[in-house]
Amino acid sequence: MAVKADPRKMAGGLVNFGVIAAFAAFASFPFAWMVITMFKQTQDLLDPSHNPFVYNSPPTLEHLRVLFQDTLFLHWVANTLLVGVAVVLITLVLAVPAGYSLARLTGSAGEKLGIGIFLTYLVPPTILFIPLSRLVATLGLTDRLWALVLVYPSFTVPFCTWLLMGFFKVIPKDVEEAAMIDGHSRLGAFFRVILPMSVAGLLTTVIFSFTLVMQEFVYGLTFITTSKNLTLSVGVPTFLVRGDVYFWGSLMGACFLASVPIAILYNLFVDRFIAGFTVGAVKG
Amino acid sequence: MTAPALARPGFAERAAGVTDSTRWLGRLMLAPAVLYIALVIGVPFLMAIGYSFSTVTIGTSTPRFVGLENFRSALEDTAFLKALGNTAIFSLVSQTLVIVLASILAIALQRKFRGKWLVRLLILLPWVAPISLGSIGWLWIFDPVYSVINWTLRHVGIFGPDTWPIWLGQPNLAMASIIGVHVWRTMPLATIISLGGLSSIPQDIHDAAEVDGAGFFRHLFVITLPLVLPILLVAVLFGLVFSVTDMIVVYVLTRGGPFDSTQVLASLAFFKSIDGGDLSGGAAVALFLLPVLAVCAVLLLRLARRAEVV
Repeated sequence: MAVKADPRKMAGGLVNFGVIAAFAAFASFPFAWMVITMFKQTQDLLDPSHNPFVYNSPPTLEHLRVLFQDTLFLHWVANTLLVGVAVVLITLVLAVPAGYSLARLTGSAGEKLGIGIFLTYLVPPTILFIPLSRLVATLGLTDRLWALVLVYPSFTVPFCTWLLMGFFKVIPKDVEEAAMIDGHSRLGAFFRVILPMSVAGLLTTVIFSFTLVMQEFVYGLTFITTSKNLTLSVGVPTFLVRGDVYFWGSLMGACFLASVPIAILYNLFVDRFIAGFTVGAVKG
Repeated sequence: MTAPALARPGFAERAAGVTDSTRWLGRLMLAPAVLYIALVIGVPFLMAIGYSFSTVTIGTSTPRFVGLENFRSALEDTAFLKALGNTAIFSLVSQTLVIVLASILAIALQRKFRGKWLVRLLILLPWVAPISLGSIGWLWIFDPVYSVINWTLRHVGIFGPDTWPIWLGQPNLAMASIIGVHVWRTMPLATIISLGGLSSIPQDIHDAAEVDGAGFFRHLFVITLPLVLPILLVAVLFGLVFSVTDMIVVYVLTRGGPFDSTQVLASLAFFKSIDGGDLSGGAAVALFLLPVLAVCAVLLLRLARRAEVV
């Protein structure tokens, strides 16, 4: 066969490259725009005659200074971390044993129950937030971070149980049997042999739960009323945008800093997560 | 298997007496999660149904049963009907665009090239970043005075000197804008799901098509697409579930305006119940989503069963 470059193939490659470049630009543009905006001087931002793509005045760190010193941004970071860590711990405590149980101990009834638990993930906050706001008020948790700690596992536990079930299923049964022959109980084999082998699954659960906490908006908006008690995903879009005065520089800085680092971390695990969606949903 | 782990029998063994039966251990390990889900998802879900059949407001504590009254008055409310239509348009248009665009992108991404990890990261950003913050990025891009879209289109000569659309302030444009942002945000999920489907097609099927001399489009429509159809359906169903229940894009960008032209059921339920105090009315509005969710869930289970047979 001829080894010469096929012009049709080359054109195909070029189209391919163009398609990918266009999509990548569309997907990342708002984030690039945040970076450009957060270092721009306000008078440069607010002059419609200026080319918005370039720095007409020298870049400034003033917006970030305002963000860190004059707003509640760092407060919200701390709140988000606190809720995130608490929810991750609760999720691990509930979902790890449940996932293992569904994978190994409950047989065919477990299979159905597993699908049932996954389906609860499809029940949206939109239906639950109204009664939950009442329950939170009854428990005296309105405007407290504990309300979020109590409610957020409702979307991390179902999915993580499902995800972990998949992880535990692919570990060969011989592994536990060998450990049990060596004198471990089933529970002992789970703690000393299975869990150390499932670090990847546990780590995926941690990252996934944490990013879901970072992304949550509706419950935070409903349960928290004082600006000091908000998390990042609610605080930035509501309390940094007040009235008609927009501090675009600080606002874009806040959006960028609160979204891109966690997105990069999440990105490392996203394949496992989506495998949970599809293999989980398709192959039951 | 780790040797030191096996060498140290500990408390777990001593506890073994209680949990000898595998079945009981299974139930015991499952119970906390099931209990939690029942309390924090099951109970509020039933409460929402209860609310929708009675009169509950933020102030009162003695609800009265009113039967279907809340649903009847919702159906007579023009704001509700508008939101129902908007939800349908928002979800159907955005997910149609998503599935077409995501398929194109997934096919393009199948090729090997350098720097693919970076491209993947950029493409995934909208979905992995908190959407309330991503939407604020768009709020600035759509700004009525400083919109970078308008500036660019004017400077390349597409917009004349008198054209300056207010993206979020004109009814049809506002709807188009929130659909655009929602497409931007949900496309990564559909792309990765489709990519998974594409890579699961055995290479010899592609080779056979090549040998038979199938061109690009024939190959695509006769071989590739039919084979990934089930997994594309999964992507569509998840996309629909996330679209009909979403209020974040609408809340951040337009608050349902102008003139309710972008109000969807989810945001209407929020404004009615939390801002307006009418918990029952809000619950009734939200429960109109239930049939759609149920249909999606049943279809997902059907797909699951079919995949198991294969």
